[in-house]
Amino acid sequence: MTRWVMVADLRRCIGCQTCTAACRQANGTPPGVQWRRVIDVELGEFPDVQRAFLPVGCQHCDEPACMDVCPTQATTKRADGIVAIDYDLCIGCAYCAVACPYQARYRSSRPTYAYGVPTDNERQTDDPRRIAVATKCTFCVDRIDAGLAKGLTPGVDAEATPACVNACITQTLAFGDVEDPQSNVAQLLATHRHFRIHEELGTGPGFYYLWDKA
Amino acid sequence: MSAPKDVAYGAAPWRQTSWDARAAGNFIGGGTGAGLIVFTVVASASGMVRTGLLLIGLVLVAAGLASVALEMGRPLRAMNVFRHPRRSWMSREAIAALLLAIFTLAACSGYRVDMLAAALALLFVYCQARLLQAAKGIPAWHEPRIVPLLVTMSLVEGAGLFWLLAPLHRSGGTRLLLGFAALLLLRAVLCHTYRQRVNDASPAAGAALGTAVRVLAIGGTLVPIVLIALAVWLPYSAAMQAIALAGVLAWIAGAWLKLAIVTRAGFNRGFTLPALPVRGTRA
Repeated sequence: MTRWVMVADLRRCIGCQTCTAACRQANGTPPGVQWRRVIDVELGEFPDVQRAFLPVGCQHCDEPACMDVCPTQATTKRADGIVAIDYDLCIGCAYCAVACPYQARYRSSRPTYAYGVPTDNERQTDDPRRIAVATKCTFCVDRIDAGLAKGLTPGVDAEATPACVNACITQTLAFGDVEDPQSNVAQLLATHRHFRIHEELGTGPGFYYLWDKA
Repeated sequence: MSAPKDVAYGAAPWRQTSWDARAAGNFIGGGTGAGLIVFTVVASASGMVRTGLLLIGLVLVAAGLASVALEMGRPLRAMNVFRHPRRSWMSREAIAALLLAIFTLAACSGYRVDMLAAALALLFVYCQARLLQAAKGIPAWHEPRIVPLLVTMSLVEGAGLFWLLAPLHRSGGTRLLLGFAALLLLRAVLCHTYRQRVNDASPAAGAALGTAVRVLAIGGTLVPIVLIALAVWLPYSAAMQAIALAGVLAWIAGAWLKLAIVTRAGFNRGFTLPALPVRGTRA
């Protein structure tokens, strides 16, 4: 079985938000909606201060809290682990948004554009079906599916890889099939100490964070 | 090669903005209406009084659902809410509301289904409580003790409305009044234990509940119980006014706490890191 996951090496991330920008460009998300974002975590008091940058977004959980609560079955999980939303079924109740422990879901009540009127890119990516319903990171599922159809390998071939991973200038982000022991992500997890966020909730996130070598 | 479990770092929780007073309106209106239906059946009210109280209860449930519909992004697709009863408490709540409406109207029409309507009202508030408790993203809602608290709160709010209207319908006796006082005490105890658990799980949420919890303890519990005790000694008309005042105070305090739970205490989990990245040279 294939299980697509993302891995973020926290030692590499510099908080440049290039992944955020790439995601917004690729998916045409409106201002204020960041399916991929990087949280700036500052800890301690001077002079003992540490800083970390934490890329977050939908964790494509094994047991998605959003899917269980959804009253319409708009949220589903594919066999490859990707959690998807059917925009035509969603009623925009935002129950999934409060159920998600990762604050990954958004709801835009009306179309908004960065400069008031749509830019060329915004016009191309505008999707009225996404207004007033829940939206979130899709792991760029269209790229994955189209790439697989061409015989490409997601996480290896850029054309089949999520936009944020392609854009990452420090190679913090990696994407691949965790069930394949030879995959890039499986190798990273085998050779590094790692954690998943809010794992105690039993959601089984598909997003791993590396913090030290093994 | 997982992370150590004894430490945690992270970005502090912040208040959710997805659900506001409109969502709280569902828990307040629905809870009060369902509680009133239960209390009316328990009180064995009869005739027009019974019909009137049952209908008021049903209208409040509908008003609560209408309130939350105002928050819905795509209200014209509202029928889709029935699609996932196998897992979603929101679907179950909707189905319970539908059945409650059918059997309450049947009871109003003379069919002997009062007990069934009351049972469905209880089921409805239980679904509401589980609905909130299923939200893993909000610690104050995910706390299991919110379930008995919300169910009890709904019964108290319904009873509060029943006694508020008592000068009009003149139903209910001393035993029912004592039952109301017992419910008030139970609600206060459950509220206290719930608040303690929330303090542990989400200190920010616990602090946000402070005022509403104190109001419930004093204005929503202590004062109404004193008024109920006084009613025993007062002349009939003054006693009815004291009981009505007790009812409205109990209702206001409960509604305020529900509003606080949904809006003010709705802090998310933030992002907790069990380990910080190890960079540069090692000690």
